[in-house]
Amino acid sequence: MNAPNLPNDYAAYPDANGRFGDFGGRYVPETLMPLVHELEAAYRAAQADPAFRTELGGFLKDYVGRPSPLYFAERLTRHYGGAKIYLKREELNHTGSHKINNCMGQILLAMRMGKTRIIAETGAGQHGVATATVCARFGLPCIVYMGAVDVERQKPNVFRMNLLGAEVRPVTSGSATLKDATNEALRDWVTNVEDTYYLIGSVVGMHPYPQMVRDFQSVIGNEVRQQILEVEGRLPDAVVACVGGGSNAMGIFHPFLKDEGVRLYGVEAAGEGVGTDRHAAAINGGRPGVLHGSLSYLLQDREGQVTEAHSISAGLDYPGIGPEHSWLHDVGRATYLMATDQDSLDAFKLCAELEGILPAIESAHALARLDQVTKDVGKDGIVVLNLSGRGDKDVATVAAHLGMEI
Amino acid sequence: MKERIDARFAALKAEGRAGFVAYVMAGDPDAATAAKILAGLPGAGADLIEVGFPFSDPMAEGPPIQRAAIRALGAGMTLQGTLDLVRGFRDGDQTTPIVLMGYVNLLVNWGYEAFARDAAAAGVDGVIVVDLPPEESIPLADALDANGVSLIRLATPTTDDARLKVVIQRTSGFVYYVSVAGVTGVKEANAAAVAPNVERVRKASGLPVAVGFGIKTPERAAEIARVADAVVVGSALVDEIAEAVQMNEDVTQRVLSKADSLAKAVRSARVGQTTV
Repeated sequence: MNAPNLPNDYAAYPDANGRFGDFGGRYVPETLMPLVHELEAAYRAAQADPAFRTELGGFLKDYVGRPSPLYFAERLTRHYGGAKIYLKREELNHTGSHKINNCMGQILLAMRMGKTRIIAETGAGQHGVATATVCARFGLPCIVYMGAVDVERQKPNVFRMNLLGAEVRPVTSGSATLKDATNEALRDWVTNVEDTYYLIGSVVGMHPYPQMVRDFQSVIGNEVRQQILEVEGRLPDAVVACVGGGSNAMGIFHPFLKDEGVRLYGVEAAGEGVGTDRHAAAINGGRPGVLHGSLSYLLQDREGQVTEAHSISAGLDYPGIGPEHSWLHDVGRATYLMATDQDSLDAFKLCAELEGILPAIESAHALARLDQVTKDVGKDGIVVLNLSGRGDKDVATVAAHLGMEI
Repeated sequence: MKERIDARFAALKAEGRAGFVAYVMAGDPDAATAAKILAGLPGAGADLIEVGFPFSDPMAEGPPIQRAAIRALGAGMTLQGTLDLVRGFRDGDQTTPIVLMGYVNLLVNWGYEAFARDAAAAGVDGVIVVDLPPEESIPLADALDANGVSLIRLATPTTDDARLKVVIQRTSGFVYYVSVAGVTGVKEANAAAVAPNVERVRKASGLPVAVGFGIKTPERAAEIARVADAVVVGSALVDEIAEAVQMNEDVTQRVLSKADSLAKAVRSARVGQTTV
């Protein structure tokens, strides 16, 4: 790979070929290529259509509950002893995470395209629940592929999806987790090319998904920008978010890419440690490769076989990462830190005890690195952390790790 | 080498029949047995051989070939092992074309130039990369061209005339027509639906057209052989391996016997029929 060129305008990517520098692209079977081109054209048309934006804005306001608050976390701030910490409360959205922002955008697009059947993949079940929710709202049949291992460890979410009318198909191939659920969703799409819309849940996959999902999630960063200017009269010094595929991070980063004074921190899941083979840190512990349609950092063995990720958080348990993150890492615009399972459990408890908020175990990875980020920006700094989801779904996992039964 | 593919299709044309293309996965169920199967395939009637190189996440494969990849990876097969297998085959057969088929990440890791050189040196004649559409394939096409190896492209039921022009750029050897929208080995091909598409692809590309995905039985193979230049069977052969392993039978014999019945059906399909 060539040394990356430093761009004049970070926000101008991807290019016409769906590339962020070397990363991204459309590595899909030929059967899907006409569909991918069709999707790209339909997305462009929707983006340019004020009626689409008005319709989406209406649903985000009245159905999702946007804007989400930007909350000054006074006790966390005191705990870290310096920089002011603000939490972007995405966990207060309908369905309990940022995932719904993207689902609402894509379901409206799917209907514009005349698609009548929705498929999705899910890991923890948050994206599956959000997809099932919008499908119920608009009366479209919904099939969610979920690794059999995840079905077992996220039973409440499976039940929620069923209540919302979705069919959850457990996937037993491969490692029976998120990457295999994604393979199976792609196999469904390639088989049902006429009527099916594949609603991808993160900034991963083939172009235009990384761009489209980022755009739909950018509502987070756009709101933060406005909110922080209102309360502080200036932009933050740092923005922090956890990164699996990386949609909540791209959503809060993107509106700040041009503001070079705003440091961007992604936090990867280090599982039991990046030095072990049980982690999910694609950037810190992987190297570039192609999976699910794009070139990006990837956990793989010497030959290029994709290896299994591990994280206490099912939502971060993915061997890849969105291509835009890979590029932001290579050009040095964003910094990718890590938090282990234990770090995240500690941060989960701390946030619960100090702020009265149970964060999703995913978001707790970002909370865990407030130690370093607050230090980096200094005492007078301002940090905004994307609290991407709520932790009610994780209480059983946390209890198990604390050796308790509930 | 491209020449081996061209020569084989020229010979098939002269004989007035379609070719039988057998797909097997390298290292399935293990390297030694796979080598024996490969060596036996031309005798069992395979005119061309596709050798899959196993990948952990084969997104366009149905269950049979997914399982074959798992067996092969479990037995330690690698891309290097696949090239070694082809080299071994070439020691005993200099005329049967070998086409590798798999997914791009292993080639990205190997490096396109080095892979093209090593594949050519091992005796590989063509390469099919399932998840590398024309938009992404220029660097690999350059590397393969420089080493005389064909990049075989896929046309599918979703390929309209405008897209077909893109698909056939920089392709050589033959075009692989995917007979159904779907993964390998699930839906069944329909000869009546396939025929006009084969003609369309043949006309646009000026190349022979092999048809695969969804051909499991000798009867179906014969139907397709009446309209295509070659018939590819993969999942049905690979399933024989799975069953033979499970029943503790002679794997090689069972696969070759299945190949033989498919090859006979393909060879006799146009008997009594004039040109297509």
